Amino acid sequence: MTVTYDPLQVSGRVLSNDRVGAYHHLTVVAPGIAERTRPGTFVAMAVGGEHTGMLLRRSFSIYRTRSSGVYGGTVEVVFAVAGKGTEWLAGLRGGDILDVIGPLGRPFTLPRQPVPCVLVGGGYGTAPLFGLADRLRERGCAVHMVLGAATETRLFGLLEARRTSQSVEVSTDDGSLGVRGQVTTVLPALLQRTGAPVVYACGPMAMLRAVAAVAEERGARSQCAVEEAMACGVGVCMTCVLPVRGDDGHVRMVRSCTDGPVFRGDRVLWDEVGTVPAGTVGAPGAGGQR
Amino acid sequence: MTVEVAGVRYPTPVMTASGCAAAGRELTPFLDLAAIGAVVTKSVMLDARSGRATPRMVETPSGMLNSIGLQGPGIDTFLADDLPWLVKQGAQPVVSIAGGSLGEYAELARRVGMAPGVAAVEVNISCPNVENRGLVFACDPFQAARVISATRRGIPKDIPVLAKLSPDVTDIVTVAEAVMEGGASGLSMVNTTLGLAIDPVTLRPALGGVTGGLSGPAIRPLALRCVWQVYAAMPEVPIIGIGGIRTGFDALEFLAAGASAVQVGTSTFHDPSSPARVADELRSELALRAAVSPREVVGVAHRPAGTSALRAEVSM
Repeated sequence: MTVTYDPLQVSGRVLSNDRVGAYHHLTVVAPGIAERTRPGTFVAMAVGGEHTGMLLRRSFSIYRTRSSGVYGGTVEVVFAVAGKGTEWLAGLRGGDILDVIGPLGRPFTLPRQPVPCVLVGGGYGTAPLFGLADRLRERGCAVHMVLGAATETRLFGLLEARRTSQSVEVSTDDGSLGVRGQVTTVLPALLQRTGAPVVYACGPMAMLRAVAAVAEERGARSQCAVEEAMACGVGVCMTCVLPVRGDDGHVRMVRSCTDGPVFRGDRVLWDEVGTVPAGTVGAPGAGGQR
Repeated sequence: MTVEVAGVRYPTPVMTASGCAAAGRELTPFLDLAAIGAVVTKSVMLDARSGRATPRMVETPSGMLNSIGLQGPGIDTFLADDLPWLVKQGAQPVVSIAGGSLGEYAELARRVGMAPGVAAVEVNISCPNVENRGLVFACDPFQAARVISATRRGIPKDIPVLAKLSPDVTDIVTVAEAVMEGGASGLSMVNTTLGLAIDPVTLRPALGGVTGGLSGPAIRPLALRCVWQVYAAMPEVPIIGIGGIRTGFDALEFLAAGASAVQVGTSTFHDPSSPARVADELRSELALRAAVSPREVVGVAHRPAGTSALRAEVSM
């Protein structure tokens, strides 16, 4: 697969870092990255400061970018505190310095025709969908969004979605807002109603797997941005792999950083993520690989 | 800053480490491959390998555990695509090979030996020997030496063969002596050391492969000790120091302990420009001590106190 190697490594200055519900919304002045960003790409951030013992970068989908302004180009991400690294990020204040690499990965593929599109976000997985929605609308595509989360406070961007989309559906596991259930509770009817030939999704693996399955049943294409644990984000560590079927029909363990994070939903072997499926190119025989 | 290791000249003493730079391509946005010491490529095997199941890494204090399982395209694709590309970039390619049997190492050596542009071959001997109950070659001086001689026979004389040693041995000097006897031109020291982490939720091993290789600054003192011991026993043997190097001073430590060059591995995940940055910082560290070339400091830590003129001009 072809990859364009144009990410930048920038020592960025934090412009703002705000709490939004259960999440944190971080804006960093990172000149050059904004201009190169396409929807679905991500940034990898070093955490812990200069003498940190945390060596691995934390990768986040890009929420928004602004290419110019008083401060220069800015990049925005949304994250949840999940460990010491994200805890450190949550503690950053305006003026702090942050090492950012981006944009990384392959973006969402946009439809050639002005077709209706359904965008599905789970939790803060909604974040990268807003930039995508802008691009889609520029092409004359009607944008319908589905936001899902465990509970109301873990939804992200509901107001923005309502402001900018043709329609918005909400699902929560506990029924605290919208339909009780998961995004796939509302997705089939929405696909039926809109006739959308393509679904874009970002969120937890289980959600992506379910969305891809619904899309396939309905004859729609799906484009899924995966969340795999990454060490480097730039393609050298080989830790963020998952089994994906290629154009030649062969299954390979591919990197979600450089070959993804966006994959065609019908190409990922969702049920076998976390394993090396039998028949994968280079898979071991009996006894496994040491 | 040029250095010579086992007869090959490198633009700087700071190279990438195998498995931490793929075959170089992904690092091009962050550094000039032709300007760093060398690109040590990810260990390649005869056939394509899928590698192990995920999770393949865990962050640990000042380090990480990895269990990748030598995922790679196999030697044919490597020689057809990756190596010619590296040569075209003007990089110094040091090709790392890995096998499961003596025959596999010999065949890899034959193939790599015929390829143009190879600066050196690094032999990853931290692999299980399928013909010997899966025991790791690197942990048995006799088997380690056999791998090196099988490899040496396939590689033209003007291309050095570097044995990459595992620190997981009782006496690293014994292994070092054995592989030198087996025909190695120099030593790359050290590979990762075996470790384990427990997942806080499942209370099961956190890695899909259960155990993994520990790397990063956490192992720097361990690696430095290995270099020190081997240099003390065999000061004439070229050593490339590897293990948690993150700054120019870290690199300088390895030179002082006896390494002629170093490789930067895990630090590249944190900062992909590391191999270039560490070289720049090393240049400053040398200048601070009025050293004209990296060669001047190789092994100085072994000299009796007060006999070296190399002292930092400013207080540290």
